[in-house]
Amino acid sequence: MGIYSCIGTSLEEVKQSLYEGKSGIVYDEERKAFGFQSALTGMVPKPDLKNLLSRRQRVSIGEETEYAYMATLEALKNAKIDDAFFDENEVGILYGNDSVSKAIIEATDIIREKKDTALIGSGAIFKSMNSTVTMNLSTIFRLRGVNMTISAACASGSHSVGLGFHLIKSGLQDIIICGGAQEINKYAMASFDGLGVFSPKETDPAKASRPFDSNRDGLVPSGGGATLILESYESAVKRGAPIVAEVIGYGFSSNGGHISTPNVEGPATAMRRALEQAGVQPCEIGYINAHATSTPLGDANEARAIFEVFGESNPYVSSTKSMTGHECWMAGASELIYSTLMMQNDFIAPNINFETPDEASQKLNIASKTVNKKFDIYLSNSFGFGGTNSAVVVKKFKE
Amino acid sequence: MNKEAILEKINEILVDEFEVDAEVISPESNLKDTLGLDSLDYVDLVVSIEANFGVKLGEADFVGIATFQDFYNLIETKIQNKN
Repeated sequence: MGIYSCIGTSLEEVKQSLYEGKSGIVYDEERKAFGFQSALTGMVPKPDLKNLLSRRQRVSIGEETEYAYMATLEALKNAKIDDAFFDENEVGILYGNDSVSKAIIEATDIIREKKDTALIGSGAIFKSMNSTVTMNLSTIFRLRGVNMTISAACASGSHSVGLGFHLIKSGLQDIIICGGAQEINKYAMASFDGLGVFSPKETDPAKASRPFDSNRDGLVPSGGGATLILESYESAVKRGAPIVAEVIGYGFSSNGGHISTPNVEGPATAMRRALEQAGVQPCEIGYINAHATSTPLGDANEARAIFEVFGESNPYVSSTKSMTGHECWMAGASELIYSTLMMQNDFIAPNINFETPDEASQKLNIASKTVNKKFDIYLSNSFGFGGTNSAVVVKKFKE
Repeated sequence: MNKEAILEKINEILVDEFEVDAEVISPESNLKDTLGLDSLDYVDLVVSIEANFGVKLGEADFVGIATFQDFYNLIETKIQNKN
């Protein structure tokens, strides 16, 4: 696993932030001047890639790929895959991404000003396609397996892992780089802000994202990169790879309804399917990483769906978006990493700012403070516009 | 801008854009080989020249350009024509 997020740019930093309940949300003045209703955002440092990538590689990658690259470097290192490995082995990539706003807008601005497409530069096309992350990472790492981007709104990262799981399970691939990336810049989030769904609590950034709390008033956008190396058990054992955890179930569904308003049935179906495929009962799940973004209806409907599926077994639930904000296309992948870090280190990260339950969330066992607890299996939810739902079940690896 | 200043500016652009050491550039050296240019790099070269000198280069302009000196001459001519 590898992570580049607003609560840390390495697994170690992120683990600490999760344990401490540290928020990565800031107030971005540039965003306010640009016309945002809410200038809150998660923020990550710009990676210095000059000594890591060639000029040709750098001019072709945009913000989201920079984050994905950093996360992938860490993930490959942890998986004990070095550069030479790619010459001898077929490795694939399935990565979640659903926007390239900055690249497109900057290129278009040049054309508007110069009236000449020849002055956009050679990298623009490779930065302004939605498949930019997989296009670039597959070139940088010389990958020869499956190679495509998964675009499924805020469930993109989760679906990439679910689909990777199936390709490996079916024997078509041995190793796939999965994950999700999300650009943070103002262009990427302007139209989302235009819907008025971002929290207006600008005076207290760390308190703004409050999933499941009755005083929640909107989400906080965020981003970065998150990479998981999925590998068949046989391949991992054969090369002596450090096995962290096992993906055992993936459930998907579509709401078949409103483009932005979520329902209860779609998410419940995805969770049930994931549990069924994993062959586990709801009572065996020790932790649920909720999708909950801190919007009034979304959180309430997810709480209802979780209660409908898990009922009295009542596992611990938290939304790490309370700390990270909503990492959108990246979230499904990053939250698998956050949850796995918790599982590896015997704790449940808090759903910070959960102070007053509402009617729906009071039925759940929400961890408002860090809980020191061992657990062996968790479920992670991710939902997105258009009613796309993904639920992934992951189990601790035991020899 | 005199000839000397144009040459100096072009070298500065090439060093910056293509990340090569200034010492590798000499008037008689081959432009493409020395800078390691591929077809995409020529697109970026056009962008850099336009941004710094306000002159546009087309594909046809590069026909017959082998050395750095050829390239300096091309840019000087373009600037003179513009003025």
